[in-house]
Amino acid sequence: MSALKIENLDISYGDSKVTHGIGFDVAEGESFALVGESGSGKTTVLKAIAGMARSWTGSITAFGHARTPGIDRGFARQCQMVFQDPYGSLHPRKTVDATLSEPLAIHGVGDSGARVDEVMQSVGLDRRFRFRFPHQLSGGQRQRVAIARALILKPKLLLLDEPTSALDVSVQAEILNLLKRLRREQGLTYLMVTHNLPVVSFLCDRLAVMRHGRVVEVASVDQLKRGELQDPYSRELTRFSASHPKT
Amino acid sequence: MATTRDWLLDDSPSSRLQARLGRSYRLSRALARNPLAMVGAIIVLTLILVALFAPWIATHSPIGQDLANRLKPPSAENWMGTDELGRDIWSRVVYGARITLMIVALVAVLAAPVGLVIGAVAGYFGGWTDRILMGITDIFLSMPKLILALAFVAALGPGIQNAIIAIAIATWPGYARIARAETLTIRNSEFVAAVELQGASSLRVIVNHILPLCTSSMIIRVTLDMAGIILTAAGLGFIGLGAQPPLPEWGAMISRGRSFILDQWWVATMPGFAIVIVSLGFCFLGDGLRDVLDPKHGDRQ
Repeated sequence: MSALKIENLDISYGDSKVTHGIGFDVAEGESFALVGESGSGKTTVLKAIAGMARSWTGSITAFGHARTPGIDRGFARQCQMVFQDPYGSLHPRKTVDATLSEPLAIHGVGDSGARVDEVMQSVGLDRRFRFRFPHQLSGGQRQRVAIARALILKPKLLLLDEPTSALDVSVQAEILNLLKRLRREQGLTYLMVTHNLPVVSFLCDRLAVMRHGRVVEVASVDQLKRGELQDPYSRELTRFSASHPKT
Repeated sequence: MATTRDWLLDDSPSSRLQARLGRSYRLSRALARNPLAMVGAIIVLTLILVALFAPWIATHSPIGQDLANRLKPPSAENWMGTDELGRDIWSRVVYGARITLMIVALVAVLAAPVGLVIGAVAGYFGGWTDRILMGITDIFLSMPKLILALAFVAALGPGIQNAIIAIAIATWPGYARIARAETLTIRNSEFVAAVELQGASSLRVIVNHILPLCTSSMIIRVTLDMAGIILTAAGLGFIGLGAQPPLPEWGAMISRGRSFILDQWWVATMPGFAIVIVSLGFCFLGDGLRDVLDPKHGDRQ
């Protein structure tokens, strides 16, 4: 069974249509990347899956269940999202402990003390950070908290919206290694949005290249590494990435 | 002492309580470094203490008449002199602190939560909810506060309770506007999106995640508004629609002293001083709180 199946997805903001007939398939346990330049509609696809973008047509099927537009409590336990900016995604007046306990309170899960402890350990956050406020944490630590918040409900699918692009290079590597380890340990499925091809080759199995709201090519990471992408735009993207390895 | 301080300022608090106390401690230290705020805090604290201990501070009864000693100038016996019925003005000003404090506290308790909730709901849901709620707010906001309060007191009948209700009705729209503006800036942030994605109900998002971020600007605004509330209450008292005789309300006292302000200046001046000092105190305190609490001044705490 595929974890996520998207067919003919058209998403619009108001009157303007952002994506046109998007379709791809993510197998369970797979790590799939959406790449493309800014404005190509990749983040919008994530938002539609999560339920934040509400006006779309087509079909989104997650673990065999069709999604309806909007946020759904049941789906929330299966699928969570990690945002791009670790500075904006944590409530400034809540401690790490309060941020991590909130999803448990929403879903009426007991034993929050032990669960918070466990999830902090699994994302590599020391216990002494537990009652700190976000402004007392570094960017990398904040992103770990954001990942922990996404994981605390034990979802099977994680939507990652450029999870490392707001961090500096050494911290990026830490977070990528963490994501890789978590996926191995917990058997997670990733759908990741990025414009960073080295990140894709490090973390993902397959990728879809998007341009102007359309998927131009779906390929495996091996093809990407061997430089065997077919579409002219994808080839341009790889060339550009090779000549500017850090961006 | 040093250990308590270290415990409060610990970089890695070990419990929710410690984290919260540490934050309050940092805020109060920042407040203590601001001299004007401290002056304001001392004035407000004095007002509260005077109101609490009025029977022990007052030298005479606030309503006991002594017609033989009418309009006496300030002396050792009557520190602020006596009014036209021979009542001791010092004692009346002291008891008046109770009325002022009651007005201010009740208006804050009635108006601030209403404004906060209406503003947050309008800002969070947007669309028609926003348009309707803000339309109502604008109707109230379009009329000057004192005039609106006057109209309500005229309709409800004079008296201190009605004055409080009228002032509260005239004050909440300002708070609703602020709460809505704050909510709009928070509404689209990623941390709100994150809790929504976790399946939180609108009620939970508003109460647990949006309101806590609106409260600091609300506290600042309410404190700054206190001066205006005191003046409005005094204004209502002055024209005879607020507190009724023989209640020692400061505005009403000024109004009685008006007839002999040239010959017996102290009758109107003493309660006037009280109003000015207390209003200034609230203004200073509000300014100081803004410096400490306003998130736009950076996350120094």
